[in-house]
Amino acid sequence: MDRFVFLTIDGLSRGAVYAAFALALVLIWRAARVVNFAQGAMAVAAAYVAYTVATATGSYWLGFLVAIGAGLLLGALVDRVVMRHVDHASPLNPVIVALGLVLLIQAVLGMVYGNEFRPAEAPFSRSALTVAGVAVLSPYDLFVFAAIGVVVSGLAWMFARTPVGLRMRAAAFAPEVSRLLGVNVGGMLTLGWALASGVGALAAMLVLPTELGLHPHAMDLVFVSAFTGAVVGGLDSPPGAVVGGLVVGLLLSYVSGYAGSDLTPLAVLVLLLAVLLVRPGGLFAPVAARRV
Amino acid sequence: MSARSEPGPRAPQSRTEGNPAGASDLLVVRGLEAGYGAAPVLRAVDLTVAAGTIAAVVGANGAGKTTLLRALSGMIRPAAGQVLLAGEELRGTPVEQLVRRGMAHVPEGRGVISELTVDENLRLGGLWRRDRADAARALDEVYDLFEPLARRRRHLGHQLSGGERQMLALGRALVGRPRLLLLDEPSLGLAPRVVARIMALLRQLRDRTGLTVLLVEQNVRSALAVADQGVVMSLGQVVIAAPAATLRDDVDLRHAYLGF
Repeated sequence: MDRFVFLTIDGLSRGAVYAAFALALVLIWRAARVVNFAQGAMAVAAAYVAYTVATATGSYWLGFLVAIGAGLLLGALVDRVVMRHVDHASPLNPVIVALGLVLLIQAVLGMVYGNEFRPAEAPFSRSALTVAGVAVLSPYDLFVFAAIGVVVSGLAWMFARTPVGLRMRAAAFAPEVSRLLGVNVGGMLTLGWALASGVGALAAMLVLPTELGLHPHAMDLVFVSAFTGAVVGGLDSPPGAVVGGLVVGLLLSYVSGYAGSDLTPLAVLVLLLAVLLVRPGGLFAPVAARRV
Repeated sequence: MSARSEPGPRAPQSRTEGNPAGASDLLVVRGLEAGYGAAPVLRAVDLTVAAGTIAAVVGANGAGKTTLLRALSGMIRPAAGQVLLAGEELRGTPVEQLVRRGMAHVPEGRGVISELTVDENLRLGGLWRRDRADAARALDEVYDLFEPLARRRRHLGHQLSGGERQMLALGRALVGRPRLLLLDEPSLGLAPRVVARIMALLRQLRDRTGLTVLLVEQNVRSALAVADQGVVMSLGQVVIAAPAATLRDDVDLRHAYLGF
């Protein structure tokens, strides 16, 4: 039972990161109909910026903030400089360009920082607090939950309640009509990329200290897990991405805890396959709107 | 500024009664050419709509009616010609800026965003406005005008009937308090009773608020019944522009240009 509690909390903590990363994928998918395969590499790049700033100034938190800012900026840049100019006639085009971007970013990071692991600092203790003899949450887990909780609810509030959120949704659903109503659709698209990339940077900052550290490829596996989470939830559904991310986190934790960590990549792929076979639209796929 | 008046037997009846040249012309179109890719659809369209009037553009399928509206609102880029709104050149203005110049375009199929609620669709129509207080007032006025929408504020666009969608699309345009309203086939797919209601509403808006409307319609009878000016298009050109009453009542004209 103790072990189950531990694995559940550990799974939720990792799942929260996958949820944020999956949410970032969904944001871009909804706005631009692009699966941003470069998101992992972009997030790592932001984390390297944080590493540089933190090493130079000695302040983790300054690095943390700069990483989020770098993520936002990089997202806007990727949209304006690269993705905006890709012909979307075939859905494969942006995928190939995104994969090219992965190679480029990882190569540049390798040239600048070297292809070796660098330590990723955690701002809080990662040793679990014990409640009634059961090891449950570490302060760092609490930090992860709080940070992601704030960001996810902030985004949900922004989309549901603010004028800019309404513009972003309108621009994503009906770009042509939105322009007729005075919405700067291109600007909303760039904002979507920036926000998604900022969330991705946050996820990288949160997950890297729990893994081997900073490396140009450090987010590759996180990307696969988060992508699975996004597909489980249905690529069009932000709440689905959050639930999907948590489900993947729990699954990986149970599989690695009870069956061995060698099996976790396989488990992710089995889950992905099962969802695609049984419910290709994802668990949260909305009922297709009838257009009259 | 007269409507296209080609010499020759094709368009001997072009006239401008009730629409004297001068400052009252809200929309002036001269020599407008536009199309899709290499295929021209509009060939030198001339058109004038006086402020506070309703102009109905009628004509067969493929005459270029929808293309005319799309070219006016910049959804397709005109190849040549002039579009003046209250004397200001509109060509080259980005689509998202046109609403700020006072032009609202309710596109073919109405453009209700199915995934948004009625209230969100309507608010979207006023988001660009700086005067937030007046945008809120305009929203209230639209709810007063379209009582079925007020009862369905939280419903999603795809839950509405065809008539409600048309009301929503119209209402959304009105929230922006446009000077010129471009309406593409408002009667499409609606019951005659609903069409009559919408046409009556256009008249009411014209009389009460001085709204100017450029209406594209397949339904020639109901369009000419409501309009001040009738514009007949054929093969990408305006073949005749005349007071709607003249087109309605002159049997020869009706036979020649409208086929009934």
